Amino acid sequence: MRPEEGTIQSRARAMAAVLELLTDQPVIICNGFPSREAYKIADRPTHFYMIGSMGVAPSIGLGVALAKPDKKVVILDGDGNVLMGMGTLATVAALQPKNFIHVVFDNEVYGSTGNQPTISRLVRLEQMAKAAGYANVERVIEREDLVYEFKDMLKKDGPSFLLVKVTEQAEDVDRVMLEPPEITRRFMKAIE
Amino acid sequence: MVESDDFVQALQDIGFDFFTGVPDSILGSIIATLMERRLYTPAVREDEAVGMAAGAFMAGKVPAVLMQNSGLGTSLNALISLNVIYQQPCLLLISWRGFQGKDAPEHLVMGDSMTQILDAARIPHRTLSEQSLIEDLKWTAQTFMKQRIPVALLLKKGIVKGNHP
Repeated sequence: MRPEEGTIQSRARAMAAVLELLTDQPVIICNGFPSREAYKIADRPTHFYMIGSMGVAPSIGLGVALAKPDKKVVILDGDGNVLMGMGTLATVAALQPKNFIHVVFDNEVYGSTGNQPTISRLVRLEQMAKAAGYANVERVIEREDLVYEFKDMLKKDGPSFLLVKVTEQAEDVDRVMLEPPEITRRFMKAIE
Repeated sequence: MVESDDFVQALQDIGFDFFTGVPDSILGSIIATLMERRLYTPAVREDEAVGMAAGAFMAGKVPAVLMQNSGLGTSLNALISLNVIYQQPCLLLISWRGFQGKDAPEHLVMGDSMTQILDAARIPHRTLSEQSLIEDLKWTAQTFMKQRIPVALLLKKGIVKGNHP
């Protein structure tokens, strides 16, 4: 049975709660439905929407975080993505960027390709992040816990890892209606 | 042979200020020099390095990624579905293992097909030589700025030497 018992929040609802707490922080959003949902919920020039290169969202965020140590960088990621780029948990933990917040919406499936199961039900991703050495690690299910922990991570020194259990539900959303070079230019200007 | 100190200085002089990658023996002296100068952020996989370079570029840096050519295989999807289509340039310093079939077996197929793979992915490339070093670096900087995509400099064994054993 998927997802974990007690999970009632959809990713879009959880993502909306996170985006509501952000203003002008750089946000890297992984490929597939998460980028499309974020684009629909709240499109901002500080959002970098990915359409390919699965697994690389935290690497991009790390590059931004290292180059802009005065800005908190937020990565909105998925369980399939983290599993694909798992080595980056180690790289982030080794470098200890204080301004790095990695939020993972864990629905236990590859939602953008037809809900094939991932292995995140069997392998606890937040425990991997903790073992790697992230400074703050939390796992939440309820919306109010998500808001509390994310607010706390915005204040604390990172690197932080927030695992949010969400349902398989995906919103009925269009593709991101921006050309990739335009996404790059807009993001660069917004975080200058 | 070019000294790694001079090579790194030349890269810095044309603006490169963010270096990441995964090591290779051919790149050893360059990485040692970069680490001495506290310019190098080690990655664990080449696609991670390419992603970090993309982020650093968007945050105002001029990035370079060092890798063995086996890493070209590992990072190809990130290169073409991130850097190329989003117009996020980086310099790829790729060591040419398996050049002319003289290397360990695992390097031979990539050594033979690397330039065709780069051509197919529309990544401009040049093979670095001591005689044309300044010209090669100039071409790199110009292509980087004009096309805003990854540009590769291929390094054969023995071109850049280090003070480091």
